[in-house]
Formats: sequence, C-alpha cells, structure tokens
Amino acid sequence: MKMSALDRILLFAIGFLAAYQIAIGIDNMGSVPIVAYTIAFGVLLVAGLLLIILGFEVLDAPVVVIISTIIPLALSLGLIWQHLAFLRTPYLIFAAVSFLAVILTRVTPMQNKLPVITIAITHGISGIVIFLLPIIISIQGQAKPLFSLVGVGGALIGIVGLLLSFLKTGKPILSKNTILSLFPILLLLTTALFVAGFKYG
Amino acid sequence: MQIITTKIKLYLPLIKSLQTSLLLLTGVAGYLSAHTKVDWIHFWQMLPSLFLAIAGSTILNMWWDQDIDTKMKRTHKRPTSAGKVTRNEVFMLGMAVSIIGIGWALLINWFYGVVVFAGLFFDVVVYSMWLKRRTCWSIVWGGVSGAMPILAGRVLAVGQIDAVGVLLACAVLFWIPTHTLTFSLKFADDYSNAGVPTFPSTYGEAVTRFAIAFSSVIAALTMGTAAMWIGVTAGVLRVIIVLSAGLFFLAATTVFYPSDRVNLSLFKYASMYMTFAMLLIIPA
Repeated sequence: MKMSALDRILLFAIGFLAAYQIAIGIDNMGSVPIVAYTIAFGVLLVAGLLLIILGFEVLDAPVVVIISTIIPLALSLGLIWQHLAFLRTPYLIFAAVSFLAVILTRVTPMQNKLPVITIAITHGISGIVIFLLPIIISIQGQAKPLFSLVGVGGALIGIVGLLLSFLKTGKPILSKNTILSLFPILLLLTTALFVAGFKYG
Repeated sequence: MQIITTKIKLYLPLIKSLQTSLLLLTGVAGYLSAHTKVDWIHFWQMLPSLFLAIAGSTILNMWWDQDIDTKMKRTHKRPTSAGKVTRNEVFMLGMAVSIIGIGWALLINWFYGVVVFAGLFFDVVVYSMWLKRRTCWSIVWGGVSGAMPILAGRVLAVGQIDAVGVLLACAVLFWIPTHTLTFSLKFADDYSNAGVPTFPSTYGEAVTRFAIAFSSVIAALTMGTAAMWIGVTAGVLRVIIVLSAGLFFLAATTVFYPSDRVNLSLFKYASMYMTFAMLLIIPA
C-alpha cells in the first residue's frame, strides 16, 4: 500500500513527539529509567523516520518482530525501575533474557511453536506491566491521575501489535489496507498518550 | 518583465535549490552553534553572502560540466545541457553571483570571506576542473568544499578556526560521500557513458557500499563529538545518539544485506540525520 502525504505527516509527528520525550520529557529521572525510556522512544523515533523513507513494506521485514519487542520491554523496564523497586533486578533479567530469546528464536530456523510462544510471553508480560502499572499507581495516589494515560497508551499499542501480528500470520482481523491506513493514527495516538502521561502524570 | 521572469525560471535550476539550502543551513548551524550573543547585522549579511557564494559555485560547476551533463540521463534536461541557456551566459552569471557573494563575505569579515572563498575554490577549481574527470577520489575535495559553509559560519561567530568548527566540518565532509557515492551507484551507467571515474567503476559495488556505510558512521560519530563539545543539553545529546543509532543500523544493513533500496534509504536517512543534527546543535 502506497503511503499518503497524511501518513508521512503523522509519522513525522510521532518522531517529533518521541524526540521531545527523549530530549525533555525524561530529565530528572534515574539513569536506568532514562536509558530505558530513551531506547523505547528512540525506537519509535527511528521507526517513524524509516517508515517515512521505506514505506509500509518495511513492516514485512523479519527484523521488525525483533525491533518491535524493544519498545514494550524498555518501556516496562523503565516503569518497573521507577515504581516497583523490589522487582528491579528480576525484571531486568527477564527483559534481557526474553530479548535474547526473541533474537535467537527468530534467527535460528525452527519448525515448532517456540518463536511464537517466546513472543507471546515477552509481549504479554511487558504489555500487562505497561497497561496495568500506571493505572494502579494512579488509583493508589502514588502518581497523578493523568499518569494512567501511559497505561491507555500501552493498551493501544497492544491493539496495534495484535492487528499487525494477525496480519503477519495471514489471518488478519481487518483488511491489510484498513490496518495500514489506521497504523500511523494509532501509533501517533499511542505516542501522544505516553508523552502526555509522563508529562502530566 | 516577462523576460526577467523567463530568465529567473531558467536560472533557478542552475543553483540546485535543495542542495544550496541544506548547505546554507549548515552555515547557519555553524554560526549559531557558537552559542555566543548573536550579532544580527553579521547574521543577516551572512545569509545572502553565503547563499550567493554557494549558488555561484554551483552555477560555475554547471558551466564547466555542461558536456558531461549532456551525456547523462539524470542531468541532460538541465538548462545548460538542454541548450536553453548559452554556456557563455552561464559563465557570466556564475562569475557575477560568485564575485558578489565572495566580495560581500570579505566585507563582513575577511577571515569568514577567505573560508567562503576556499569552499568555492575547492568546489569549482579543485573538484570540478582538476580532479572530477581524472580520479574517483575527487569526491573527497567535493566533500571538503561542502564542509566550508559550516566552518565559515562558525568562523564568523567565534573569529577563529576552533576544534568544534573542524569537527563540524568533518561531519559534513564525511556525510557528503553518502550522497555522491549513492548517486554513483544508482547512475553508474550514466557516469560510465560520460567517462567520469567513480568508486563503483574503479573499486566495485561492494567497496563502494562499504565506503558509504563507513563514511556515514564517521559522520555520525564526528557530529556526536561536536555536539558534546558544543555543550548541548543531555536531552539533545540523547536524541543525537538515537538518530546516530538509526544511521549505524542502516549502515550495517547496507554492508551485510546490500541492495539498491537499502542504499537509497541510507542516503535519505543520512540527509534527514544531518538536517536534524544541524537543528539540534543550534539551541543554547
């Protein structure tokens, strides 16, 4: 599907928001969250630019599965590090091991379902963290109510991931054209929710 | 009035507006990267003087390379090669624009003027007239000339050639092969027909792709170091590191999974990278 001018503008806006978050939005945090959020929003920034340059066809590349794992893993690691101190080390180990597992199961030819299971566990756990943790700590009053926007963004990026996953497996919920036309809008909304959640939360 | 409009329409393609604008932006970035109190009289005079010098050198290149441009599909529609303007007219225009630009630059500040003149000299005399038809390594001197606007801007602001200025110039110098070598790969037949030696025709495609990737990586590293020395905020530095990581990723892909598409992507990304990097080093 050919990328429209509007798609390019939306992707550029994603890049701009991600760059803003990296440059300004994560100051005054600890080193690990800064690195984790820089990686998460950095992938969004570079992915936005690469999509503008290469078009939607780049989403078919096998490496996209690996790279798209970085965003939820890094974002969830940053959240855990900031808000659940007792889980810092275990989650850091989980993030590192699961990312390596995703790489290994993607670069090694396998006939079984291990690659799918690895992706499901990685995205499942990190997705739950991103979705639930900001909402829970907002409800508990440990953060401002608007921090829950990060959780809403987490839910939305989960939906984007699901739509793309079904598309890749050949069993799309919506037509390919519909998914791709919605993709930049959903991704922009997700990024905007993340940025707003961190800024006002 | 109609004659003037017609002439302007014919002359505009001679200055390669996109390339000239990007080089002008590097000059602005070089000036503002000093983070000193801006001398607005200098600044507003720098813009037209630098623009005219860059445009003048581009026009003179078109004049000199008219025979090559005629033989190449990519360039045969240029006003010079299509015969819409005479060669003599292009020469006179190029000289007039260059002299005004250089003269103005020298009047603003002699040191700044000398650097601007060096850019024109390296581009027209060393690159185009002397080396372009002799060796594929001519692109190094094309790169040196392209690096002069940012150095000129920096010199006008700080009054000397300092380490940051040299680093910024090196970043542009190493970025330019990404542009020229990609074109020499994409239009290899064109260059071959015109008898212009290129990296692909001399060393092969694999070496050329490696050279593109290598120069992109060096450009990003140099730009990052310059940004650190300029004293940009930690946040801006993080953005530059992230953008550099994207460049490294594409450079590695170019070497290990070579294709024309990846190559063109690296070229486009490198152009975006340099534009954003220039904008990022400006804020104090």
